[in-house]
Amino acid sequence: MATLTYLEAISDGLREMLRDDERVFVMGEDVGAFGGAFKVTAGMVEEFGPERVRDTPIAESGIVGTAVGAAVAGLRPVCEMQFADFVACGFDQIVNVAGKMHYRLGLAVPIVVRLPSGGGFGGGPFHSQNPESWFMQAPGLKVVAPATPEDAKGALIAAIQDPNPVIYLEHKNLYRRIKGEVPEGIYETPWKARVAREGSDLTVVAYGQMVHTALAAAEQIDASIEVVDLRSLVPLDEEAILASVAKTSKALVLDEANQTCAAGAQVAALIADRGFEDLDGPVRRLATPDVPIPFSPPLEAAVLPGVEQVKEACLELLDY
Amino acid sequence: MATTTVLADGLLSGEDRAGLLRYLLMMRLVEERGNNLYKQGKIPGSFYDGRGQEAIGVGATWALAGADALCSPLIRDLGAHLVRGTDLADVFRHYMGRENGLSHGREGNVHIGDRNLGVVGMVSMLPDMMVVAVGLAMAFKMRAEERCALTFFGDGATSRGDWHEAMNWAALDNLPVIFILENNNLAYSTPTSRQFAVNPVARAAGYGIEALTVDGNDVEAVFAAVHGARQRALAGEGPTLIEAQTMRMHGHGAHDDASYVPKDLLEHWAGRDPIDRYAKVAAEAGVDVEAVRAEVLAEIDGAVELALQAPMPDPATATTGVFCEGEPEPLGQGPSRWSGFASRPAEPVSA
Repeated sequence: MATLTYLEAISDGLREMLRDDERVFVMGEDVGAFGGAFKVTAGMVEEFGPERVRDTPIAESGIVGTAVGAAVAGLRPVCEMQFADFVACGFDQIVNVAGKMHYRLGLAVPIVVRLPSGGGFGGGPFHSQNPESWFMQAPGLKVVAPATPEDAKGALIAAIQDPNPVIYLEHKNLYRRIKGEVPEGIYETPWKARVAREGSDLTVVAYGQMVHTALAAAEQIDASIEVVDLRSLVPLDEEAILASVAKTSKALVLDEANQTCAAGAQVAALIADRGFEDLDGPVRRLATPDVPIPFSPPLEAAVLPGVEQVKEACLELLDY
Repeated sequence: MATTTVLADGLLSGEDRAGLLRYLLMMRLVEERGNNLYKQGKIPGSFYDGRGQEAIGVGATWALAGADALCSPLIRDLGAHLVRGTDLADVFRHYMGRENGLSHGREGNVHIGDRNLGVVGMVSMLPDMMVVAVGLAMAFKMRAEERCALTFFGDGATSRGDWHEAMNWAALDNLPVIFILENNNLAYSTPTSRQFAVNPVARAAGYGIEALTVDGNDVEAVFAAVHGARQRALAGEGPTLIEAQTMRMHGHGAHDDASYVPKDLLEHWAGRDPIDRYAKVAAEAGVDVEAVRAEVLAEIDGAVELALQAPMPDPATATTGVFCEGEPEPLGQGPSRWSGFASRPAEPVSA
């Protein structure tokens, strides 16, 4: 197995699928000669040509909508939004066209929309957002948010091979910061949660970058902390969440997204609804308050959940 | 605005003319029956028809080969579905919200789309599907297939951003796609004078798209324009926008009395009814119009009877089918109606 960064693992998964399946193609803004704003598609236009690595006009609705048409025609498009924030311009095509098509008319729409998401690097209000819950609330979409290089590759492959529209969140702050062993070849990460760290005193439920924040906090706490990495938000692995809470009796749910109706709100509601008898304390949540992500480093650090806040929340809950 | 006259002389056989008349009448008579069923409480929601606009869907679809994608006929284009071969009993079952093969009750009114016939059903945000049609055409071009995609939209749809994105993208990639603009003078109650400052045909030229205007109440003119656009598309000459000028003769739906429409405008267009006009043409070509009408009415009677006997959908199915499990079913193909396809099956028709 090779050691790859999170970003290299995404590229690797994409390249494997472009080699394996001629129906697969990539399109987005600056994905060709430039290799994408973050270089996920670097070198791909040279290997696969401009027909399969397509530079598009700046037209997010056009990117998603043409992908829907191409998918209906039998291809497997992978769309890159340059930043997750920009997907708002393609929202209608995702939720009204792609998400409802199979239910309404039995027509499958196998597209992947890649969203470079998240903050922590001074991206400001238009380059830092975590819009996953917009799509969790829209029927017909799968939503996946891997945290490790191995899962980043496997989840992308699973997304491309899935017959449904998949929103694939890749956290920008993990791109070059996180490295790990990545299997070669084609493999699929299941649409299931994984236990990232075993523990017995308290469960932290997280996904994406927050998994790493939780793991760092857990290392600094003198208690047995379990970290559940959701990996997939839709479908949500409810049994894995409940099983962990049944073991630890305490749950802290993390989101880097704005707090209202975030993925973590769904997880907290699930635990309150179906895990109540197992609880030995309130379900606690830690998320970004409902503000746009500010630019200046101290302001950004003040709103994004960090290791210190997670540690504090864990200690408080352990003491309950 | 001057209307380009496009002659279909020599392209259409007597059989074509009989077929065109049959589907024009079928759309009109199905919708008349549908309106009655709605008033009788047998169709839930509201009822939407395309009275006065029948020639557009029928004429355009007649010019398509079965492998061409028919992307989202609108609520005024039932005739496109009928020409494509959509089952008549299923249309009524779908209207009535009963179990049916098109939508299983999950959709209503003219949100029809039989994927097995190569039809992609519309969504309510009309210009959305223009972009989807561009994507279909993009796939056809990527695979070097001799097919095109055709899509419909209204005058109001040209105000939205997806119209721009579709026009720009189609022209940029020189794609085999045909855009049918149904200019029926109204977007719900809003006249085109409050919709745009520059006519969409002039705007299309600004994108580098070949654009023309036809009399949308002349089924042969619509056929000929689409036939020509299809030849261009398959010859690699790119997209065409066809403005079909017409008039919505009823309200937006059965709930709308359209009292905001000037009476003299309706009277003017009533004198240009596409079916009255074509009945004369067809009769001159030797078609027994009354016999066709009787035959179509009998078919409708049979379809309505079947539909009224059909069960309502099982409530347990309301939460199923959101996701596709297993291999996706591919988009199928419809019949190639135009007689010219029979003699030249596989090749594009030369200009």
